[in-house]
Amino acid sequence: MNTATKVFSDGGVVTWRNLMNVRRNPEWLIGATLMPIMFVLLFAYVFGESIGMAVTGSAEGDAGAAYREFLIAGIFAQTVAFNSSYTVIGFASDLQKGIIDRFRSLPMSRLSVILGRTTADQALSVIVLVVMTLAGLLVGWRINGTLGEAALAYLVILLFAFALSWVGAFIGLLARSVEVANSAGLIWMFPLTFVSSAFVPQETLPGVLGTVAEWNPFTAVVNTARELFGNTHGPALTGWPAENAPLYAVLSCIAIIAIFAPLSAARYRKVATQ
Amino acid sequence: MTPPQQPVAVRAAGLTKSFGKTRALDGIDLEIPTGHVLGLLGPNGAGKTTTVRILTTLLKPDSGTAEVAGHDVLADPQAVRRSIGVSGQYAAVDENLTGFENLYMVARLYGMNRAAAKERARELLDRFRLTSDGDRPAKGYSGGMRRRLDLAGALVARPSVVVLDEPTTGLDPRGRMETWDVVSNLVTDGTTVLLTTQYLEEADYLADSIVVIDSGKVIARGTADELKARVGGERLELVVPDAAELPTAAEVLAEVGSGEPVTDPHTRKVEVLVDTGPKALIESLRRLDGHGITPVDVGLHRPTLDDVFLALTGHAAEEVQA
Repeated sequence: MNTATKVFSDGGVVTWRNLMNVRRNPEWLIGATLMPIMFVLLFAYVFGESIGMAVTGSAEGDAGAAYREFLIAGIFAQTVAFNSSYTVIGFASDLQKGIIDRFRSLPMSRLSVILGRTTADQALSVIVLVVMTLAGLLVGWRINGTLGEAALAYLVILLFAFALSWVGAFIGLLARSVEVANSAGLIWMFPLTFVSSAFVPQETLPGVLGTVAEWNPFTAVVNTARELFGNTHGPALTGWPAENAPLYAVLSCIAIIAIFAPLSAARYRKVATQ
Repeated sequence: MTPPQQPVAVRAAGLTKSFGKTRALDGIDLEIPTGHVLGLLGPNGAGKTTTVRILTTLLKPDSGTAEVAGHDVLADPQAVRRSIGVSGQYAAVDENLTGFENLYMVARLYGMNRAAAKERARELLDRFRLTSDGDRPAKGYSGGMRRRLDLAGALVARPSVVVLDEPTTGLDPRGRMETWDVVSNLVTDGTTVLLTTQYLEEADYLADSIVVIDSGKVIARGTADELKARVGGERLELVVPDAAELPTAAEVLAEVGSGEPVTDPHTRKVEVLVDTGPKALIESLRRLDGHGITPVDVGLHRPTLDDVFLALTGHAAEEVQA
């Protein structure tokens, strides 16, 4: 078997192993889907009316309904972004339990251990997105574009999830314990997802925050999905990142993978539990 | 697949490794002829696990060279990994997978196809008496069962070299006997085994030869008998019925023995090293009888590896553990 085939076949075995782990702990999956549903409900009904006015630009019509439509693309993207923290915890716990040592003593490709983890987490993102879609439809969100465009929107969101789980892999392999991994995996998620167009229109963010949000790859992902779902309101956004959101989103994802895949692989080779 | 048989299965020369300021290995040399069991013996922190991690490609040495199954651990780690099976001190089983799934996964990662992997997993479950629990998650396994599963994982690819890092630490006596049986069977199959242990009796029972390390250095090597011979002579032990008789008994033993007798008032025991074995035993009993002392227990012992360890390092094997 040549090297490339071995990477994917080993990656498949590790993916299977990780998904079996989820299947044996279904309560974990409940937690992973409940939190985003909570986010949908809280944002839709607690902040909905007031932020909705900013979104629609006026108090006329149903500002809450408009906001719920605006919100869903952002919540989708945020949820899969947060899923990368499971990649972090997964690696940290495998390290602690000696599973990584077992893998490292086997004649397998080291990239496949990481690939198996990111692929399994991707499968979880798909499950979570299905649940979120149902929750969205319940609060009045609708896909206004074509089904093809909607499919593209989901693909962009999943590509972003995949890219972030390579960052998660790197952090997980750096973390010295599951406890550290727990917070290290989550903490950077908050600025990443909140300083963006996910919850409020990016032009309402003041000064530097606005610029950061404008260039935040996460904003590009959200804007792309929102556009493809047909959920945009008001005048079109200006500036290069907004005008070329799909291109910028995809390029960012590729760049993240190109940086963090080799970093994680190098870290995996170095890591040694004592 | 099988590489040509090497006369020496494992060879390490001048291995050193430091962690920060701690010098874990300070020039370890060892050699294991193919089909032999080498016992790497030493207290906790002596460098056993570090040596094992280097030989199994998990850690790079600061200097020195090592070859396993004819492959250099630094130049061709992947070839080394294909030839070895490793079972660790902390059983690395995935507790969410069943016993069967654990072995199946390892078999697949060694490159077996699905059918072969399933067959091998069932075969090993059978051999390690885990068949009836094979479809339960390993989470519910006892410590001994987990250890057996981990050991089975090391044997999945029928490796020519098996490395067992403290395979019986924390096992009950029954689990220990079972593990010893497995290792004995490996030897019958011609497998080379590197075994680390802090139990002297284990090395005595299983190993063809022993390397004793302490503070990252080899302090002795040889067969168990050779090491025992280094302590010299035999130990004559007797227990007297009354502690008041100890001084007299000690005097008698000083006359027949080759060293200073050691007495223990608590156990009413007195012991001494002797050169002449049974002759010294008979002589001491005759003289004790002359003093009107009849021992309640008497014995002539060959030195244990514990005695050897004490003689070599100046401390007992167990003492350093804390």
